[in-house]
Amino acid sequence: MIPDLGKYAGAVLSSYAISLGLLILLVAFSVWRAARVRRQLEEVEARRKSDV
Amino acid sequence: MSLWEYANPVKFMRTSRALLPWFWGLTLVSLAVGLVWGFFLTPEAENFGSTVKIIYVHVPSALMAINAWLMMLVTSLIWLIRRHHVSALAARAAAPIGLTMTVIALITGAIWGEPMWGTYWAWDPRLTSFLILFLFYLGYIALWEAIENPDAAADLTSVLCLVGSVFAILSRYAVNFWNQGLHQGATMSLDKEENIANVYWLPLVITMVAFGLLFVTLVLVRTRTEIRARRIKALIARERMG
Repeated sequence: MIPDLGKYAGAVLSSYAISLGLLILLVAFSVWRAARVRRQLEEVEARRKSDV
Repeated sequence: MSLWEYANPVKFMRTSRALLPWFWGLTLVSLAVGLVWGFFLTPEAENFGSTVKIIYVHVPSALMAINAWLMMLVTSLIWLIRRHHVSALAARAAAPIGLTMTVIALITGAIWGEPMWGTYWAWDPRLTSFLILFLFYLGYIALWEAIENPDAAADLTSVLCLVGSVFAILSRYAVNFWNQGLHQGATMSLDKEENIANVYWLPLVITMVAFGLLFVTLVLVRTRTEIRARRIKALIARERMG
């Protein structure tokens, strides 16, 4: 399945692994923070409504 | 319809919510096609061997590292001139994405450099300007975090962005100014003689588009988050005053 990368296999595979790993971390953190902040805003708005 | 309508947070939130599913879909499909094609279906190069496959993560990330800063420059200028908050928040949202792209470009460049040049690092004009761009990204993010007043933070980070733009531009054109570096010239060129071989060209274009789409998608997601975070701060401040 994986193409024959010869003596450069380590360089090629580590480049892809590091790149994809960092991109996945960036996406995961962005989505997680988006959900957390949206939840916080809903809580603050609900609190304000109940105070009125 | 004017572009400035999107400076209205409500309009921006409504439009970006409708666009995001499309951007996520296009990003995932183009990333999968580009990377699978580049990794599995391209041959070894005569001069680079199988390391040529690193091009599909190195070049798109380097491209986006520079373009992210240029996008931040435009949005920072809009903030400084027209005082649109969404613009300043979009610049803030883009910085961690640009930082990640810069880190990927630096690491994959070092990994690629070792078998090709015999060293992971050299004080080459392009490498050095990229390292300085990385430091500017760190400084920009730190400055946003360090200043409590959001308008003052937007002002100062915008000025820092203007200064850092010199290095973003140098990162792209350094090899044209100084010829003594190890790094090769532009990979893509309108000149057919200088361009990379056709077999590598199309998957590279697809990965470049994919990284661009990923950037836009994440900027939309993160700008929405920044707008909500700003609203939370405003509501809490109002609660304290009331």
